[in-house]
Amino acid sequence: MSRIITYREAITEALREEMERDERVFVYGLDVADFKRTFGSGKGLLEQFGAKRYFSTPLSEDALMGIGLGAAVMGLRPVNVHIRVDFLLLTLNQLANMVTSMRYTSAGKLKVPLTIRTVIGRGWGQGMQHSKTLHALFAHLPGLKVALPSTAADMKGLLKSAIRDDNPVLIIEQRWLYDTPGEVPEDPNYLEPLGVPRCIREGTDVTVIGVSWMVIEAVKAAEILARRGVRVEVIDPRTISPLDYTLIYDSIKKTGHCIVVDYDWLNCGFSAEVAARVQEHCFNELKSPITRIGFAETPCPTTRPLENKFYPNAIQIIKAIEQKLGLSETDLSGEEFYSYENKFKGPF
Amino acid sequence: MDNLNFELYKKMYLIRATEEKIRAHYEEDEMKTPCHLYVGGEHIAAGVLQALAKDDYLFGTYRSHGIYLARTMETDAFFCELYGKATGTQKGKAGSMHIASPEHGLVATSAVVGTTIPMAVGSALAQQYLATGRITAVFFGDGATDEGVFWESINFACLKKLPILFICEDNDLAIHTSTEERHGYRSITDIVRQFDCNAYANETTDVQQIYQTTTQAIAQLRSDQRPAFLHFKYYRYYEHVGMYTDFHAGYRSEEIYKQWKARDPLELQRTKLFSQGMNDDLKRYEESVQQQLTESVRKAKIASFPDPQELYSDIYAL
Repeated sequence: MSRIITYREAITEALREEMERDERVFVYGLDVADFKRTFGSGKGLLEQFGAKRYFSTPLSEDALMGIGLGAAVMGLRPVNVHIRVDFLLLTLNQLANMVTSMRYTSAGKLKVPLTIRTVIGRGWGQGMQHSKTLHALFAHLPGLKVALPSTAADMKGLLKSAIRDDNPVLIIEQRWLYDTPGEVPEDPNYLEPLGVPRCIREGTDVTVIGVSWMVIEAVKAAEILARRGVRVEVIDPRTISPLDYTLIYDSIKKTGHCIVVDYDWLNCGFSAEVAARVQEHCFNELKSPITRIGFAETPCPTTRPLENKFYPNAIQIIKAIEQKLGLSETDLSGEEFYSYENKFKGPF
Repeated sequence: MDNLNFELYKKMYLIRATEEKIRAHYEEDEMKTPCHLYVGGEHIAAGVLQALAKDDYLFGTYRSHGIYLARTMETDAFFCELYGKATGTQKGKAGSMHIASPEHGLVATSAVVGTTIPMAVGSALAQQYLATGRITAVFFGDGATDEGVFWESINFACLKKLPILFICEDNDLAIHTSTEERHGYRSITDIVRQFDCNAYANETTDVQQIYQTTTQAIAQLRSDQRPAFLHFKYYRYYEHVGMYTDFHAGYRSEEIYKQWKARDPLELQRTKLFSQGMNDDLKRYEESVQQQLTESVRKAKIASFPDPQELYSDIYAL
């Protein structure tokens, strides 16, 4: 059985179910227990589980990551919450020097069942420090799993898998997706596997690999082009590290065209990783060079017109597909874009 | 009390003798691991660990031979780890700077200053959460108190009333830079006293006093649930990393070394035991340790390196 809930409610459900299932699970981070409860994603958890298992912390990100590590090796299953990925940078010493290498350096004697939740944002003037994604930076570290769910079902299933996983897992949530509804199974044992991509929409003409919010933009582009008879396959990697690329290779062998739309800068990023692996495995099947789309190579500006130019969108994806397949320009005059942004009025 | 004094001596002697054994073999260039020797500080590891229960948890730094040896009293896996062998504590993946033995409660050591401090606080949080009654002790140098994470960690531990001992082993040097050149304040203990914890300071080289101070700190922690900060001074006899003295380098004076050496912790304890007529016991123990060390080094030298496939194991728990 499943029903429609939002991405935000999917987070709450995942946390509640895992906290009910295992009393070693606890949630902590800056302001998680305040009246806003991390954009509402922690609603009711303090009331149900108490301050021992759901608590706000001092503004000490670095130490709090290390505290999660220590608690995890001692058998607890901490969920460390960061309301912006930009704040997660303060934990990089613990993350890169300790958390991700502790199992390896202990020769398998220690395990680190630590879940890290962080939120990426955009829009309404978030500016240079509330707008980054940085998933490539984290995915670069062996020993860490990195996932960016783009649907309510994946949010729930991947977060639950992360909490049950015996390794550190970073879940990067998208603020704009919080209000998006989706069909989510009710089964408390519903899980989605970490490390496996999902085919969001089947097609035969071109493969678009979208990350996080870019899945939404890619689907929008695919819907518009479908009216012209162009069949776009949209794949969401869901987890970017470690990742089983089989589904991606199979798709490109079928379509012969690959576009990677990343929600990040291109330079040394996940899009480059996908492109490198695809050319290695699908060289003979590729009918065109791999196209990459991502953030402008600039910090994120605050003012709206420049910010719109900073982020990639469905129009850019449509243009890239037109160019790849030698299509004429699509008439976009009647199309509505950025529909979800209209739900986000700020300020934070 | 004689028995206690002898137990303390045993720990100290094993640490000193093991590190002298490393020094004797290091130039053979088979132990390819940077070693940060603890000689001069043995009384701190011995005294603190004697006061702790065997199932209390320990966290250390890159200078952790002392707490490893005082807790395990073994040297086979220890030397295998230093020689990078498959039979080492961590299959050669850790070496001297990361040596640990979770099965003995020495959970982790680290070569980035201050980084095990929050991990130890997390361990203490877990002990409180699971109501195990176990204490966590974290060892770090005075350099670690320069790091922001030390202050973040002690603040959180005090806020949550965690069962933890912060052991500051102050040798007045962060690598080659003295406290005087680093601190905009006079006494770390005075500052830490402003937190909701119990702070202790001692400049002794008498292991019995370290043991007593730690015992007192543990009793106080158990009665008022406040973390303890223990500040112990010692003198690092050798260079920051490596096997030699470095007085010629000019950043510290040999005169001060001589003052500390005159009250060498091991000699002090040995003299105490002599005066109690334990000469024969000492001699027997020291001989057995020397045999143990010779045998451990011999075994480590002939042990196998890890299988090449070991490179790829234990990145993730399955």
